[in-house]
Amino acid sequence: MMGMSRIVKTITSIAFPFVMIYGLYIIAHGHLTPGGGFQGGAIVASACAMILVAYGSVWTIGKVKEKHLSALESLGAIGFIGLAFFGLIFGLKVFFYNFLVGQNKLPIFNEIGKGLSNINTAGVLPLMNFAVGLKVIAGLFVIVLVMAYATRIKEGK
Amino acid sequence: MSARNVVAVIFFAIVAIFFIFAALMVHQFGNPDQYIEPEMDQYIIDNTRDETGADNGVTSVVFDYRGFDTLGEATVLFTAVAGVILIFRRLKK
Repeated sequence: MMGMSRIVKTITSIAFPFVMIYGLYIIAHGHLTPGGGFQGGAIVASACAMILVAYGSVWTIGKVKEKHLSALESLGAIGFIGLAFFGLIFGLKVFFYNFLVGQNKLPIFNEIGKGLSNINTAGVLPLMNFAVGLKVIAGLFVIVLVMAYATRIKEGK
Repeated sequence: MSARNVVAVIFFAIVAIFFIFAALMVHQFGNPDQYIEPEMDQYIIDNTRDETGADNGVTSVVFDYRGFDTLGEATVLFTAVAGVILIFRRLKK
């Protein structure tokens, strides 16, 4: 798939950072506001798909390799299930135990939320949100990228 | 009508009766008092802030109380990516 016209490329370049920041905000505030890893990851992946449509798959696959995206997706999966297994080691020794939250713990996300503004709360939930967000970004983008790059043959490049 | 069709009709009728009774037993929208024993929801509503520390109850349910559900969703996504890459790998070069 070749790229689109210069107007579309310019508008996409302007809109891309805003969509990206919005998606990352939804991932980072997953434990405070509606949204989370899946939703924010879908927004960021749609921003990447917008770049893909505007600039074409040949240009895009020169910038990012789908091998690296696949590795990122596996990294997100390992982070998610690793955090779940850490609950089996520390704390109450159950799977998916929230071992970071509470008194006398490490000062990482250990506070208990009393308002909608304190981001340093909720224990492993923000970390799991980041892991799932990374997984969804890489997964959805690699699906769109590989399919778009594979269909370039039928269009005669 | 063959025996197979009869069996299908009887099975469909049983499933339809189950669905109708399930729809009749759904409690009224926005009225928790009509619900007989709201143990699980009330426990999560009362204790989610103290146990998980999260202000967003939905995230605490999705990632903490029912983490296995999210693990399954992540596995579904992983399988989808693996299948797409497996199918379209031949077309790359």
